[in-house]
Amino acid sequence: MATSETTEKSMEPIIELQGIDKVFGKVTALQDISFKLFPGEVHCLLGDNGAGKSTLIKILSGVHRPTRGEFRFLNGPVELDSPRQALDLGIATVFQDLAMLPLMSITRNFFLGREPKKTFGPIKVFDSASAEKTTTEELRKIGIRLRDPDQAVGTLSGGERQAVAIARAVYFGAKVLILDEPTSALGVKEAAVVLKYVVQSKAKGIGVIFITHNVHHAWAVGDTFTVLNRGRSYGTFRKADTHREKLLQMMAGGEELDELAVELDLIAKRDSGPMSELEHRVAEDLEAKDN
Amino acid sequence: MNFRKLLIRPELGAVIAAVGIFILFAVVAGRQGFLSPEGTINYLEVSAQLGILATAVSLLMIAGEFDLSIGSMIGAAGMVIAIPVSLFGWPLWLGIIVGFLFSAAIGYINGWLVVRTRLPSFIITLASLYLLRGLTIGFTLLITNFTRVSGLRGYIEGDLLAPIFAGRPLGLPISIWWWAVLTIFLGWILFKTPYGNWIFASGGDSLAARNVGVPVARVKISLFMLTAATATLLAVIQVLNTGSADVLRGEQKELEAIASAVIGGCLLTGGYGSVFGATIGALILGMVQQGIFYTGINTDWFRAVLGGMLLAAVLLNNYLRHQALRAR
Repeated sequence: MATSETTEKSMEPIIELQGIDKVFGKVTALQDISFKLFPGEVHCLLGDNGAGKSTLIKILSGVHRPTRGEFRFLNGPVELDSPRQALDLGIATVFQDLAMLPLMSITRNFFLGREPKKTFGPIKVFDSASAEKTTTEELRKIGIRLRDPDQAVGTLSGGERQAVAIARAVYFGAKVLILDEPTSALGVKEAAVVLKYVVQSKAKGIGVIFITHNVHHAWAVGDTFTVLNRGRSYGTFRKADTHREKLLQMMAGGEELDELAVELDLIAKRDSGPMSELEHRVAEDLEAKDN
Repeated sequence: MNFRKLLIRPELGAVIAAVGIFILFAVVAGRQGFLSPEGTINYLEVSAQLGILATAVSLLMIAGEFDLSIGSMIGAAGMVIAIPVSLFGWPLWLGIIVGFLFSAAIGYINGWLVVRTRLPSFIITLASLYLLRGLTIGFTLLITNFTRVSGLRGYIEGDLLAPIFAGRPLGLPISIWWWAVLTIFLGWILFKTPYGNWIFASGGDSLAARNVGVPVARVKISLFMLTAATATLLAVIQVLNTGSADVLRGEQKELEAIASAVIGGCLLTGGYGSVFGATIGALILGMVQQGIFYTGINTDWFRAVLGGMLLAAVLLNNYLRHQALRAR
């Protein structure tokens, strides 16, 4: 991708992690993680379950503090104490299940925590007219046409909910967008919709950290890829310097490569198929061979 | 307002039920006085006393918490006001102010314990239910040797605060006025202010709410203070109305208030409901309680009817909510 090449040369990273360790009691969740994110870059964080992805997100979004190492934001070291603080800096995280409150209206969800206010003398009132207008407008920009901004979020599909959460983060001026498995619970079409918004956000110059265990989704939008395995990083690769199968091998930890190779062929041939199902089959086959 | 929008209103089921129940009693007991002005004021006053509690309880339930201690709070607040006034000669207004401060403190403690311990508010406030009632009975007996303090009527005349808690402006009991004011004011808070948005969010998913910067703890603690305050409001109205305070006053009111809120469409798990719905729920309970009396049937049947209605309301509301979320 030509754009990421130029951005990397001309720009400073928004986020830079240097030698990050995270230890919980006796368990080392992350060890010596270094990581850079540039504006307008989609940086995919890949790894199997238990690889340390969620611990890393929690450090990036201010839930946890690293045990060792440096966290730099826009070239200054930062120490985040809360998600709110990360949000104020412009680091917005869209969590998979926690993006939206299903029984609240789309408008109320969109502005939750940052409600626009109208003042009548000393009384401050939620400005629902302007909130509804903005919500309708922002969602129209990403291709969701609302019949009624007052409808409950529960009436939206999973992909639309993720999209609304992303639109909200972008509207409130996120410089960094952290997406935690935004496509894993979605069907193929829905996932494609979310991936489109990832690309749109990138075009606005936002740095996107896209966490997934689905290499195919990552490959479709990613500029750079960092692979985690058991708390360690296999390094960061640019799209031009790697390929999909290699990433998948690294995610599997370089083990069982012989068995995996057979299945990889199958996956490579069926690009657009329902990936989660295929991966499931791969896992099952591997298990069967172990026994 | 289109049909789908109407469906998603939490109080839809309750409004339908209220109309149905009104028609039922109008037909069955209309001639025995249910429809007369006195009969109407009669059931409205019963509804109002419950509705004052239910409006605040609905907000707390939308924020995802229960307050089982408000019934005991009514008895406790009555004594906190009555004893100093009748025994120590305090002016009534001072007793009322101290009563409200006392309830705010109890509400704060309830809320703080719930937020800090992360235990279910059901357990925390069940403990306060017994603690408050037990301490009220114990201290009242210790101080007065009786379980009832009476003779407070005489203090109302000329008091600074008493007129807003007693009497019948325009022929309507003061409790009905307070009920209406609370319904409008709290409904406005819920739907028209950022704080109202935070109430929904705190109950809908407190973790998600915290992640976007909603002060969940502050919202919940303030609502526990509100429910305790409305219990005290009802205590003041009852003390001034009857001229006495009784240690057992308010028993089971906490459950009736929750029943009103649930009939009005509040979800037990939080995040959904309305103040107006709770008000309609209280109206239904008042209508049924007094309506049974006018039909000549023994009013002991009231609780059986209440139980049946509660079950029917939960099932109906559940069904309507599913429809609303499915409709696109």
